[in-house]
Amino acid sequence: MEKLQSLLQHKKDLLSVYFTAGFPHIDSTVKVLKSLEKAGVDFVEIGMPYSDPLADGPVIQNSSTIALQNGMTLKKLFDQLADIQGEVSIPIILMGYLNPVLKFGPEQFVEECQKNNVSGLILPDLPYETYVEEFQELFTSNELSNIFLITPQTPEERIKKLDSASTSFIYMVSSAAVTGARDGLSTQQIEYFERVNAMELNTPRMVGFGISNHETYKNVCQYAHGAIVGSAFIKHLEQSGDDEEGIIQFIETLKTGKSTK
Amino acid sequence: MSTSFQPDERGFYGPFGGAYIPEMLIPNIENLKENYLRIMNSESFRKDFKTLLEDYAGRPSPLYHADRLSDHYGCNIWLKREDLNHTGSHKVNNTIGQILLANEMGKKRIIAETGAGQHGVATATVCALMGLECVVYMGETDIERQAPNVARMKMLGADVRPAISGSRTLKDATNEALRDWIANPLDTFYLIGSVVGPHPYPDMVARLQSVISGEIQWQMRNKTGNSNPDYVVACVGGGSNAAGSFYHFLDEPEVQLIGAEAAGEGLTSGKTAASIAMGETGVIHGSMTNLMQTDDGQITEPYSISAGLDYPGIGPLHAWLAKSGRAKYLAVTDQEALDAALQLTQKEGIIPALESAHALAALNQLDLKSGENVVVTVSGRGDKDMKTYMERLKLT
Repeated sequence: MEKLQSLLQHKKDLLSVYFTAGFPHIDSTVKVLKSLEKAGVDFVEIGMPYSDPLADGPVIQNSSTIALQNGMTLKKLFDQLADIQGEVSIPIILMGYLNPVLKFGPEQFVEECQKNNVSGLILPDLPYETYVEEFQELFTSNELSNIFLITPQTPEERIKKLDSASTSFIYMVSSAAVTGARDGLSTQQIEYFERVNAMELNTPRMVGFGISNHETYKNVCQYAHGAIVGSAFIKHLEQSGDDEEGIIQFIETLKTGKSTK
Repeated sequence: MSTSFQPDERGFYGPFGGAYIPEMLIPNIENLKENYLRIMNSESFRKDFKTLLEDYAGRPSPLYHADRLSDHYGCNIWLKREDLNHTGSHKVNNTIGQILLANEMGKKRIIAETGAGQHGVATATVCALMGLECVVYMGETDIERQAPNVARMKMLGADVRPAISGSRTLKDATNEALRDWIANPLDTFYLIGSVVGPHPYPDMVARLQSVISGEIQWQMRNKTGNSNPDYVVACVGGGSNAAGSFYHFLDEPEVQLIGAEAAGEGLTSGKTAASIAMGETGVIHGSMTNLMQTDDGQITEPYSISAGLDYPGIGPLHAWLAKSGRAKYLAVTDQEALDAALQLTQKEGIIPALESAHALAALNQLDLKSGENVVVTVSGRGDKDMKTYMERLKLT
């Protein structure tokens, strides 16, 4: 968690990338993770595939389905992370849905996270109220940061509550939508980013959902600490596979707007 | 019994229920939570709801003493005839109520999920009635198997959109509807068809369907002098007709409440939808409840001959009634349901929906005694199931 906190404090225009564990192949998790680190990504979210990902659009849904067909499980993911202990130094966040975590057992899950250097968790269907009552103590005593989402519809009062319960960053959902790539920023989105900035929250914000290319990445960085790219990267993996060179180029293009080749 | 069967402020029935939803849905759910009881308790809502139920849907539905079935079981079998409602099932009780709520909340666009198409038809019907835009999500597989209901929805003006993820059935249609609601938070009302989903849906739908048990009470009093029967029996998928049939009897311990869930080809066959018998606690569609899942916490595909019972979870109220022992849930196989459907048809001249046939089949598992009064809710009519009946009962 400290690694992540320090990164958020000292660096601007952060780029974080989401990918689904076990996609496109069961052994892709480690390969993709290492390639992203090499490509200069600041931190990653690894998706824990789920049968019913209701906050995700078609691209991430499909990657989850394939990962599950490949035989991906939470246990397998922790085994993969254990195998590369010490080989990867960028912060790792796990993102997924509550039911597999409950089934795994929250205590065992948190223990595995700590063993495998996981810095934080994004569980979209774990609401703030339940988090505070049942999970906050468990997570924070194990150095795990819980990351909350806010949307253009989240009232200011609620944003303040989420801010004070946050220990790393707030995940700013760019618009009312499920995950998926979109073009450009609307005036309403800019108003929303400015409104939240004006609140002077303690917690840094990362913008996600709909960040698909260099232009959208650069744009949202003007209003937040950085951006999270998901569906656009999954699409790249879908089309070009988990080849290291391809991943490095994809990230380069995203960061600079130019392709090296 | 000191246990409460009403949800607490956060929508929990014992350990079940709640609202496990992404932040994107919180404003919508909060808005509904703040308004549903106020609107439902208002005089104008109660008046409009009553008028539409009576003049449009044809309520009260009869409570019919089934003489020949009673002879067979050696007790008094009373059929609560929800199959006689407009659109052919109990679903219309809920859609009339929720459409009035949506209107009152100023929503212009209605979305719904449907499995067999009964809830989709009931939703498309009330949208036509109110002149509101209607989008129904339906699994691609279900669209293929339920062509007549798809045509009915289209004729009623609904936009029927296929859910093409997962098993392409009810659970996936529900995911798609929730995603639509995430993307359209301001003008859209999600009209859920059962006592499932995040709080306040389970409570709201149970209250709207409680018109069933309210009528059973006075009908029993008129016919027998006692408003409490010995048993109330209903089928359970998500559990809305059962919740409605049980509602007024929850705090009447002398009334035995029996839910019939779909065992499919048998509880241990791997092809079942019996979430009480075979499920474990977990989260599905925003609610903590009993659900069928793998060792890794992935939701499994259910199976039942009846599309309306083909759901891997169950409403949180039922999970609580089962755990607390207030209600008993019996598993009924496809074959037992088919036999019961044929029996009712030939003894009483009523062709039940396959869902309702599960409730009728559960009678064989009860130790019924002479003089006892048993109410069975016939949740829907069998027209939609004629293709299955023709194949399985060799009617061609």
